[in-house]
Amino acid sequence: MQLRYLTWPLLAVGLLALLAVPFFPQVVYIVFVMKALCFVLFACAFNLLLGHTGILSFGHAAFFGTGAYVTGHLVKTYGLPTELGILAGGLVAALLGAVIGALAIRRSGIYLAMITLAMSQLVFFFFLQAPFAGAEDGLQRIPRGTFLGVLDLNNDTALYYVVVGIVGGGLWVVWRTVNSPFGHVLRAIREHEPRAISLGYPVARYKVLVFSLSAGLSGIAGSLKAIIFQLAALYDVHWHTSGDVILMTLLGGMNTVFGPAVGAAIVAALNHYLDPFGAWVTVIIGVVFMACVLTFRQGVVGELSRLLNRRRIAPLRQPAGRRTRAHH
Amino acid sequence: MSAKSPIKAIALSSAALAMGTACSAMASNGFSDDVVRIGVLTDMSGIYTDLSGEAAVEAVRMAVEDFGGEVGGVPIEVTYGDHRNRADTGASRAREWYDSEGVDMINDLSNSGVALAVAAVADERQRHAIVNSSSNIGLTNEYCSPYVTHYTYDAHSLAHGTGKSIVEDGGDTWFFLTVDFAFGVGLEEQVSEVVREAGGEVLGAARHPLNTTDFSSYALQAQASGAEIIGIASTGADAINAINALSEFGVSPDQRPAALLLWYDDIESLGLETAQGLLLTNAFYWDANEETREFSERFYERTGRMPNMAQAGNYSSTMHYLNAIEAAGSDDPDAVSKQMRELEINDFFAKGGHIRPNGRMVHDQYLWEVKAPDESEYDYDYLRLVTTIPGEEAFQPLEDSTCHLLDNDE
Repeated sequence: MQLRYLTWPLLAVGLLALLAVPFFPQVVYIVFVMKALCFVLFACAFNLLLGHTGILSFGHAAFFGTGAYVTGHLVKTYGLPTELGILAGGLVAALLGAVIGALAIRRSGIYLAMITLAMSQLVFFFFLQAPFAGAEDGLQRIPRGTFLGVLDLNNDTALYYVVVGIVGGGLWVVWRTVNSPFGHVLRAIREHEPRAISLGYPVARYKVLVFSLSAGLSGIAGSLKAIIFQLAALYDVHWHTSGDVILMTLLGGMNTVFGPAVGAAIVAALNHYLDPFGAWVTVIIGVVFMACVLTFRQGVVGELSRLLNRRRIAPLRQPAGRRTRAHH
Repeated sequence: MSAKSPIKAIALSSAALAMGTACSAMASNGFSDDVVRIGVLTDMSGIYTDLSGEAAVEAVRMAVEDFGGEVGGVPIEVTYGDHRNRADTGASRAREWYDSEGVDMINDLSNSGVALAVAAVADERQRHAIVNSSSNIGLTNEYCSPYVTHYTYDAHSLAHGTGKSIVEDGGDTWFFLTVDFAFGVGLEEQVSEVVREAGGEVLGAARHPLNTTDFSSYALQAQASGAEIIGIASTGADAINAINALSEFGVSPDQRPAALLLWYDDIESLGLETAQGLLLTNAFYWDANEETREFSERFYERTGRMPNMAQAGNYSSTMHYLNAIEAAGSDDPDAVSKQMRELEINDFFAKGGHIRPNGRMVHDQYLWEVKAPDESEYDYDYLRLVTTIPGEEAFQPLEDSTCHLLDNDE
């Protein structure tokens, strides 16, 4: 478990790098980092379900987009303060998550994925038709407002630190959830659901709860995106976004807490930096995904931690391996 | 992305950011960072690739070359990007261009969601954006800005072009096949208003989802309505499929389809056999006169296709922007905006065109009819001019615009 020793130093370096971003505009563009951070939170929240509970939701865009639209509408039309808008976006998404989750967990595996997909299509249709959402033009010109009434968010640097703070808080919630008794029960459900039931855990309730938590955090990610770009668009609720988050999670490594964060950063960077290739972008990204899926089965972070572990454990294990082979 | 040394780019962008977001690093000669950069933000991988895409970039490049490659002694650079029909992608690209890459003007902007989002960024960052290939009339109404120009066409010009001319021509009863999207529904409403004002009657509408492939039931509804004119309020693949279905189901002889936004390229996809007799409003047709032919043939040599109205608009608007810079002697966005709205546009694309305070470029629109196959004498000979619609009639009257810039003037 060598990666565990590296976790804290790596996190510290990552955090320092994040805090330094506004001072190096020539290296990386600040709004791009904010966008990537939204997807980092989204992917980590999604992985609460996929990686830690073993539930594949194929409709997470519904929560992400609901967060974006709710925040956008409340802030734009009703002049709600930005921080309350984001909170409301998260809450509505969590509520929606509880409803969709309660329906979806009645089945498992592919059927569950199909139910979530169907429900998210309903949500998509709602935002396509709802008069306030502006159909394919989206909800435009959402004011950024101020944070807690003091910090002017029209300043990118101020907004950036607020985004880092909220995403950091969201990731802490994910980390805390995974490493709590609640998280252990989730893992028990993932590994052996009948056994978890026989031990007396109300599995369904746990599933709905984690579904709602994951949806709420996804909603906050969407809310942040709406504030950053000052718009909420149909793409946020489109099933493509549900697919994107699955790819991010698989690419980063679904058996790790922060693997999806790395996956999200990679996908965002690919989309951003490959732009000059024009029509070839989709082809290049497709090839990159194929290569990743074929070569890093456990995702970038999963594979990295396996490599580090192997180097350490290999000398101990090898003789044992030979012995077993000799028996056959 | 244009070729430039990374060190220079870093120096420029850091300088630009250090000076803040508005007009940055103004050099003594009046040109920000000693270069005029034009960004073409377009669809390079999605449904509008054919309508704008790389050909749009090429049109802007042609304008820059024809202008001489430099203005006021500083070079002009062209860069491009793909918004992938996602408003957030478009907005973030635009922000980055304005903030850290010193882009002075963004052109094309297909997809109205993207156009609105980029117009918002342009207004906030006080840099120019010129919309050529989307129709949303909000750009010159509630979302107008001194830095945003809506150049080629809009929903109003389409509605008034086709709708009014047809009713005057005797097409009194209408039925719509509408794509159930803000664009289609808005267009249907605009045309219905025009039809009613002109004394016509709207008998009904059938709304279909985006990317419908089977139009048979809609075609039958249109047939059953008995309307003389079947208005097709969609564009691209949907319009093509709808027209194909109407042609297959054989609308009765006294019924006639009218496409409300049909592109030159769509006629090519449909083929003259199917498309013949269709009426369409376009701001430009390559074969209209000597000047348009001259431009279009040069364009054809570079891209292998004839320009449509958006691509011609990209060229013309870039030219106009550069002329305005030259007249202002600076690329300061406010000075350029003032010149752009003062100078008249006289080129192959528009005669006596002018830009109103709300950003609407007013120029003549044309109603065309698609020729029958045996009338087409040479390659790309598709359209016949029916009537010219003067710009003042085609576009929304200024007093109807809700643009906030107009209140200030009064």
